Amino acid sequence: MNKLGKNLADIGYMDTLAAGDSPLHRLDPRAKLLTTFLFIVSVVSFNKYEVSALVPFCLYPVFLVAAGKLPAGYLVKKILLVSPFAVLVGVFNPALDRQILFQLGPLGISGGWVSFLSILARFALTVSAALALLSITGINSVCEALLRCGVPKPFVVQLLFLNRYIFALTGEAERMSRARSLRTFRPAAVSFRVFIQLIGNLLLRTMDRAERVYRAMLCRGFDGHIRVVRFSKIGRREIAFTLGWSVFFSVFRFVNIPLMLGQAVTGLLK
Amino acid sequence: MSHHIVEADKIHYSYPDGTAALAGVSFRIPHGESVALVGENGAGKSTLLQHFTGCLLPSSGSLSIGGVSVEKQNLPAVRRAVGMVFQNPDDQLFMPTVFEDVAFGLLNLGVPEAELGGKVMGALETVGAAQLKGRPPYRLSQGEKRAVSIAGVLALSPDILVMDEPTSNLDPLSRRRLIGLLKTFKHTRIIATHDLDFALELCERALVIHKGLITADGPTREIFGDERLLKSSSLEKPSGMRKCPVCGGKQ
Repeated sequence: MNKLGKNLADIGYMDTLAAGDSPLHRLDPRAKLLTTFLFIVSVVSFNKYEVSALVPFCLYPVFLVAAGKLPAGYLVKKILLVSPFAVLVGVFNPALDRQILFQLGPLGISGGWVSFLSILARFALTVSAALALLSITGINSVCEALLRCGVPKPFVVQLLFLNRYIFALTGEAERMSRARSLRTFRPAAVSFRVFIQLIGNLLLRTMDRAERVYRAMLCRGFDGHIRVVRFSKIGRREIAFTLGWSVFFSVFRFVNIPLMLGQAVTGLLK
Repeated sequence: MSHHIVEADKIHYSYPDGTAALAGVSFRIPHGESVALVGENGAGKSTLLQHFTGCLLPSSGSLSIGGVSVEKQNLPAVRRAVGMVFQNPDDQLFMPTVFEDVAFGLLNLGVPEAELGGKVMGALETVGAAQLKGRPPYRLSQGEKRAVSIAGVLALSPDILVMDEPTSNLDPLSRRRLIGLLKTFKHTRIIATHDLDFALELCERALVIHKGLITADGPTREIFGDERLLKSSSLEKPSGMRKCPVCGGKQ
């Protein structure tokens, strides 16, 4: 299996995880979606220099991973894979914001470094929660929950097809890459001309494949409505889950408990 | 829709690039008949099959399924009657798990959730794939994928089963299982294939398609016995009908 094939299997692994069984898997997707949404809103609503108040929010993704029996290493790898985007967003902050916020011994820490760290922390928290949500719910159920929560259908259908066509695209790319490597006898990089031809071919082949997948869906009665197998309903467990975490997020959003603890400890030491 | 007779009258179809794939195809298939559609690569078999579900519509001529014309406004009714198994099971399997994939068509048909589990498991048991229900389809072997894709169609209880190259990529044992399974399907079967032994075993009638035209239509054994006809369509006599190369007797 080449690198693309491994990546394809890696993406599909999330569907395998979503098919697992745990109390968290059995919760109605709407409860998990709403709670994760509240979590993300809480995390991104802090001011740009906030770091310590974000620490308690680690509990939510950690809880999802532990209760959903998810492989933490796999999720960490996925977060690291997309982390360059977050780094790119914040990497210029230290150069742009040089105002010293506090002293760490002889070292003056500027606002730019703190905001950069805050961006990274928020990125890690939100992405890990979103990945954990997908891994315990599955993209189809998440899409269905979005639809039932009132998100416009065109948006949800686009999301669903985007996910499915990623498989079509990477599958075709894997086959083309294998065919090329079998007829490449020197470990040379792909020339620009060949690369352009590969991309062009890949798009045409993917469109063909996507057309066939769509036709197969039509043959089984697909009419633009997403219908997934549901075994859950909003019940006491769902209400307790969403309400419990909402209270937790609200408390830690408005009360900086880590700061209070820190002040108490430093006060005691003094 | 009654009797589920498939009737084609001078169907023509050209692809957008101008390639003429069907050039006046006519035939009539009564309900319950098992028909093999054979011909060389590019003869128009898959194009014709896609007309049965309305994935492609004739450029001219007409096709009707059980008296209902295959036209845009009738497609839901046509697709309820015709179940199509695609050549590549990967095109057909797109849900995260086998169970959800088989349930996909049933949910679109509006089957109540209380009946869903039973119907899905019934279809999976029919194809011997009940143990795969929680597996992601992309991790299955070709034989398993084929079985699941057939289960997805059988679950819908179609009146006409249309299959495109069902034995491609199957090992001999899976192929044998598929033959056994298809023998249990009592409704109309239309099977496009290059595997003439498979066709000989399952179909009492064969249509030979060549350059978008039906060049022969008759009992399978009779058609497959005509070597000149088969050669003109780049086909070979099925091994089950060939004489023993050593003694010249029946194999």
